[in-house]
Amino acid sequence: MDFRLTDDQRALRTGLRELLAGRFGRHALRAAVDREGTVDRELWRELGAAGFFALRLPENEGGAGLGLPEAVLLFEEAGRALLNGPLVATHLAAGRVPGAADGARVVTCATQLRGLIPHFGDADAAVVIHGAGMRIRCPEELPHARRLRSLDPLTPLHRIPDGPKAPPRPDAILLTAAEQLGSAARTTEMAVQYAGEREQFGQPIGGFQAVKHLCAQMLVRTEVARAAVYAAAVTEDFTEIAGAKLLADEAAVQGARDCLQVFGGMGFTWEADVHLHLKRAWLRGRMWLTAAESEEIQAEALASAL
Amino acid sequence: MDLTYTEEEEDFRARLRSWLAVSLPKLPPKPDPLDWPGRRTYDTAWQRMLYDAGYAGLHWPVDAGGQGATPTQHLIYLDETERAGAPYVGANFVGLLHAGPTVAAEGTAEQRARWLPPVLRGDEVWCQGFSEPDAGSDLASLRTKAVRDGDSYVVSGSKIWTSHAEVADWCELLVRTDPQAPRHRGISWLAMPMDAPGVTVRPLRTLAGSAEFAEMFLDEVRVPVANRVGEENDGWRVTMVTLSFERGTAFVGEVVACRRTLCELARTARRNGCWDDAVLRRRLGRLNAEFRALWRLTQWNVSEAQNTGGVPGTGGSVFKLRYSHARQELYDTAAEVLGPDAMDLDREWTGDRLSSLSYTIAAGTSQIQQNIVAERILGLPKGR
Ligand SMILES: Cc1cc2nc3c(=O)[nH]c(=O)nc-3n(C[C@H](O)[C@H](O)[C@H](O)COP(=O)(O)OP(=O)(O)OC[C@H]3O[C@@H](n4cnc5c(N)ncnc54)[C@H](O)[C@@H]3O)c2cc1C
Repeated sequence: MDFRLTDDQRALRTGLRELLAGRFGRHALRAAVDREGTVDRELWRELGAAGFFALRLPENEGGAGLGLPEAVLLFEEAGRALLNGPLVATHLAAGRVPGAADGARVVTCATQLRGLIPHFGDADAAVVIHGAGMRIRCPEELPHARRLRSLDPLTPLHRIPDGPKAPPRPDAILLTAAEQLGSAARTTEMAVQYAGEREQFGQPIGGFQAVKHLCAQMLVRTEVARAAVYAAAVTEDFTEIAGAKLLADEAAVQGARDCLQVFGGMGFTWEADVHLHLKRAWLRGRMWLTAAESEEIQAEALASAL
Repeated sequence: MDLTYTEEEEDFRARLRSWLAVSLPKLPPKPDPLDWPGRRTYDTAWQRMLYDAGYAGLHWPVDAGGQGATPTQHLIYLDETERAGAPYVGANFVGLLHAGPTVAAEGTAEQRARWLPPVLRGDEVWCQGFSEPDAGSDLASLRTKAVRDGDSYVVSGSKIWTSHAEVADWCELLVRTDPQAPRHRGISWLAMPMDAPGVTVRPLRTLAGSAEFAEMFLDEVRVPVANRVGEENDGWRVTMVTLSFERGTAFVGEVVACRRTLCELARTARRNGCWDDAVLRRRLGRLNAEFRALWRLTQWNVSEAQNTGGVPGTGGSVFKLRYSHARQELYDTAAEVLGPDAMDLDREWTGDRLSSLSYTIAAGTSQIQQNIVAERILGLPKGR
């Protein structure tokens, strides 16, 4: 057993981190907010070229033939950068919806957020995931979709009446958890950096225990979630995946809240990025699996182990 | 990221498992929790069995009398022994988990030869004399003094919360050897024989009712200078080594035990109808995710320790913070499942619930651990 990342895994992660630092830094993030979260098609294709969507496709189908652990590392980076767009759905559609693998098309999913579809206006196709299977719908086939004012400025949302309810796909759940993990790690970093710089009472606020302890708890939640997400990627065990989502949701949501607290009044402004993390974390917390559902899955696993 | 065990590791597991199957039934019956001499006898007998079978000091270095096992083998050992219901280290806790490793890392050849084999054989039991009535979290403010007199130190002062002091042979003792020096620079680490004249142990009753720890009064106790581990006045650095062991690996096996308890809880809940209460059921479910994740975090920390030559890193503080809280949550949930029985001290979980209250205090309180995480891992400034 050696749970550490391999050199290849590290390199993969660094590669995407650098790509996103160059292409989706603060400026691009804010530009995306100004565009109300519509997808940057050019960046989408660049992600496609970098293998983001085709990562898990077999090599003879033009993919990289890698597995869930590698995908998790990439989605963690996307979450850290707050990259917007239906990343998980397009990744799942690679190899099934033409153009998804190379990022030429944007594919959303109609069954990840009960009754809601993210990025519907932007999408070239919407998949309906049903267990391991997947049906493809064109936006025109969902005429009742009505746009609502989305809580998350980076994720436009449409409501669909009687949104189809489908059993969640394990890999979709886990990749969403990985994005939450990245967001949790990022808000921890943001809080720690701010706490080291901002001074009150003649010293950095990070010297005050009340602030220090908020930061320490952010790290603890993030690291526990990280262990859970990575392990679930390796084992692909459904209960473990559901558990990882539960802990990653908590790390992301509570981490963003605590980060906002550390930032004080500045945290409550539109200018600080914290609210973008919190809003997205709330949204992802409802994607595929809610906390309540995940807890029931855990309970069921306990009962069936008796 | 590889969670599969190698063939060699699986062989190790299989051998250990079959040894446990044959050996555990040979253990004498468990002593009464209030009978400390009985507990010492029981715990050391188990240690002796491990020693005879070649499992003593599994992850200690070979030149310290250990088996030089890899961190992963150690993890397998903890997993398997806990699963099989083998005894906990108990009275051997200090000797095996931190005093021993500290002597192995910092002691001279003579010191290692003198102190390590008896710990491994289960012949000698250690306790930890760090805390004092006025120096708990602020350990470096300790006042018990040691004055040099020829080739002895003359030690006077008092210690408190010394677990297992009543049945210990040796004490890892922190003393002030230079009262003039800045507080971290005047401390030394001594091995004090508990039967030396001038040592008085007065048991203290815990909230769980038993005498788990004690107060120690030291009245001009003579301790040979040769019993000092590390240089004079360099004891704080040695202490940091001790604490890294205490916080790094000491609680690992217990996660497995918590998972077992959780299963038993679910079984009880199904029997008595609590399972139909969605709030309670979901709480149990949440704990399942929690303890699974803590086990994964342990595997992560163990893998990372391969980067640091086996010395546990600060990941131990992250683990301890979360684990101590989760354990308390587990037994609070157990109390909900037990209902009125939770008020019955004869129910096993009632006692466990009481003792779980110490987890956020002993070995560094949660507040202190949070300071450590914030300052040493996150690099936040020290402050008031
Ligand atoms: C079951 C048990 C077994 C033990 N066994 C041993 C043993 O074998 N040997 C040994 O030497 N010791 C032992 N201890 C002692 C243990 O290490 C101390 O109790 C612990 O370090 C806390 O010290 P204290 O009790 O003096 O509390 P204090 O230091 O007085 O703390 C009281 C409260 O104040 C908080 N506090 C203190 N300083 C700060 C700060 N800077 N910032 C924020 N909060 C702070 C603490 O978190 C705590 O909540 C044991 C304790 C227990 C409960």
